[in-house]
Amino acid sequence: MKTESVVSFPNPEIGPEMKGAEVVVECLAREGVEVVFAYPGGASQELHQALAKTKKLRTILPRHEQGGSFAAEGYARATGKPGVCFATSGPGATNLVTAIADAYMDSTPLIAITGQVYQKFIGKSAFQETDFFGMTLPIVKHSYLVLNAEDLPRIFKEAFHLATTGRPGPVVIDIPKDVQQARIKPEYPAKVEMRSYNPERKATDDQLEEVLRLLAKAQKPVLYVGGGIVSGNANDELLAFAERNQIPVATTLMGVGAFPETHPLSLKWFGMHGTVAGNWAVQQSDLLFALGVRFDDRITGEVSKFAPEATIVHIDIDASEHNKNKVVHYPIISDVKHALGRLNELGKKLDTPVPDTTVWLETVRGWMKEHPFRFDPDCPHILAQEAIRVLFELTKGEAIITTGVGQHQMWAAQFYDYANPRSYISSLGLGAMGYGYPAALGAKMACPDKHVIDIDGDGSFVMNIQELATAKIEKIGAKAMILNNQHLGMVVQWEDRFYNSVRGHTILGDASNIGSPDNIGGLYPNFVQIAAGFGVPGRMVHKKEELRDAVQEMLDCDGPFLLDVVVPYTEHVLPMIPAGKTVADMIIK
Amino acid sequence: MRHTLSVLVENQFGVLARVVGMFSGRGFNIDTLNVAPTHDPSLSRITVVVRGNESVLEQIIKQLRKLVNVIEVRDFVAGQSVDREMVLVKIGVDARSRSEVIQICDIFRAKIINVASDSIVVEITGDEGKINAFLGILEGFPILEQARTGKLAMVR
Repeated sequence: MKTESVVSFPNPEIGPEMKGAEVVVECLAREGVEVVFAYPGGASQELHQALAKTKKLRTILPRHEQGGSFAAEGYARATGKPGVCFATSGPGATNLVTAIADAYMDSTPLIAITGQVYQKFIGKSAFQETDFFGMTLPIVKHSYLVLNAEDLPRIFKEAFHLATTGRPGPVVIDIPKDVQQARIKPEYPAKVEMRSYNPERKATDDQLEEVLRLLAKAQKPVLYVGGGIVSGNANDELLAFAERNQIPVATTLMGVGAFPETHPLSLKWFGMHGTVAGNWAVQQSDLLFALGVRFDDRITGEVSKFAPEATIVHIDIDASEHNKNKVVHYPIISDVKHALGRLNELGKKLDTPVPDTTVWLETVRGWMKEHPFRFDPDCPHILAQEAIRVLFELTKGEAIITTGVGQHQMWAAQFYDYANPRSYISSLGLGAMGYGYPAALGAKMACPDKHVIDIDGDGSFVMNIQELATAKIEKIGAKAMILNNQHLGMVVQWEDRFYNSVRGHTILGDASNIGSPDNIGGLYPNFVQIAAGFGVPGRMVHKKEELRDAVQEMLDCDGPFLLDVVVPYTEHVLPMIPAGKTVADMIIK
Repeated sequence: MRHTLSVLVENQFGVLARVVGMFSGRGFNIDTLNVAPTHDPSLSRITVVVRGNESVLEQIIKQLRKLVNVIEVRDFVAGQSVDREMVLVKIGVDARSRSEVIQICDIFRAKIINVASDSIVVEITGDEGKINAFLGILEGFPILEQARTGKLAMVR
């Protein structure tokens, strides 16, 4: 029951009279927002007038709403704090849809604020009107159409709470222009009260003690850990758990960095293009800890044949992930940080036996040694893999890497070793090309003291190439390292493997004169020239002996920089488990 | 397997769209759907009959619970709950068949709520078995129109 007790529920704070749009900005400032990515238009002009007048937060003007929303995601992924983007109604709003879907798939806290036409025009097919609330229903954690300016403070407080608690996700707030213009005395609620939302989920000690009993008997345990460890800030607890019980750790791509890849217990990441050792270990495990994961098809392959011998313990804060794709033996609904922390405490307190994994570790480490990610070092040309390795060495593994989607995205995960969470930022569930550079802008805004490099493909990069202007004008020193093979490399790889190398619109230049390391004249487009047009310095490199110097030049540059690395298109990402197949079908060479 | 779910939701803009969209977006089937405010006007109750095996049902319930405006989801098990459905049916009649239809209605305790020269409208309330039996018998007559509320249910 609700009470009206003043002691337990402090009174809301009443602010001075102002416009709805100004209330929005005040709410953002109260939530600690430092930067927003906002593209104006008719229906959001009031919001921009308010943003222009505030000194409490910085507004970045992207050059496309999709770029702005990916940048907000990059900021969120780098920090764990919600990223905020704005767009106007109609086409501005529809340009946010991809990032909202991406944030939903990758559980990224994103607040997407859109202008809407005057309420009197809603439903009248007014200029730049779309039903954005309806359009985004399947891809949001929650959404609001604000009908009264008085509701703004409550809605914003709820939206930030929803985006960041439980399983994080995107929240849409659609604000008609008359709500932005209305003058009100805002009442800022002291706390969020939502009777239908309670994100607190904690495993019981009984459940966890049962897990410890299973663990004591295990001979081939494996930790399969994902994005939940990162968003749940559970990496320290994970490290302690793995070390105490000597369990090898294979992450998902969302979980890259959740466990240091330089650690002797790390099998890096597994799935379609992951390590042989990670895939074999999971497949042969007798006890599989699935922590903050969702048994995605790129991880499991044919799900009925995934980890067939294993007893599976699945700990996740989202109950709907249990038994969704894979029926598990021990579904536990919990904040994974609590569960792991408590497992560590209970293990010590009860002095539960740790499994003897000496033989198992020897086996999996043997696989790691025998089947590392590899490339041909004697290739006369720069290989994409080598370029990433050089970047890893020159940044000492401490950079934040963002990516587009395709071969380069996999290689960026394979050949850079990530020691920290939030350092590999990529569109993994949705697989949205064009994510890399704007995400790098957002990450760089969040972490100005770190190197932030978008490792991109020449296909993906073009999809948001206009954001070079944002980098230049807003002085954001994010780098783009384009692995330029003149093709849509991952689709080409599938064409080579499954479609007799018939090219179905996968050549990005002139098909009669395809650019390559052997045909520099055929390269299209001229990325360095484009960058120059945006006022961003760049360099093209195609000679192996110049690679290191070129990467160093990029890193030494104070502001944004574009490095165009020309690589052959003939490389395939390996290993590879073809879609819908099993570990037994893995192509290793 | 058919299940009756009772879903208590915030009586707010867009909630029904969220619930129905979740069903279609995730490929779940709805047999019947009923929605109306409860005695507390800030709440609505959605009663939905769904078809699916145990694992489908588990997912439906969990996905419903995940929606922010959903307060409570209950799966009504036969025997522990009561349920009713109401049907309006317009039957074409002539002078000869009218009395026969009225007789059937009497037997089923169905109410005649409109009589015209060539048709009558009948209201029947009951559980699924009774309704199906009634509609089965009416098959011999020309059914001009039919509207059903979908199932409503409550724990005993």
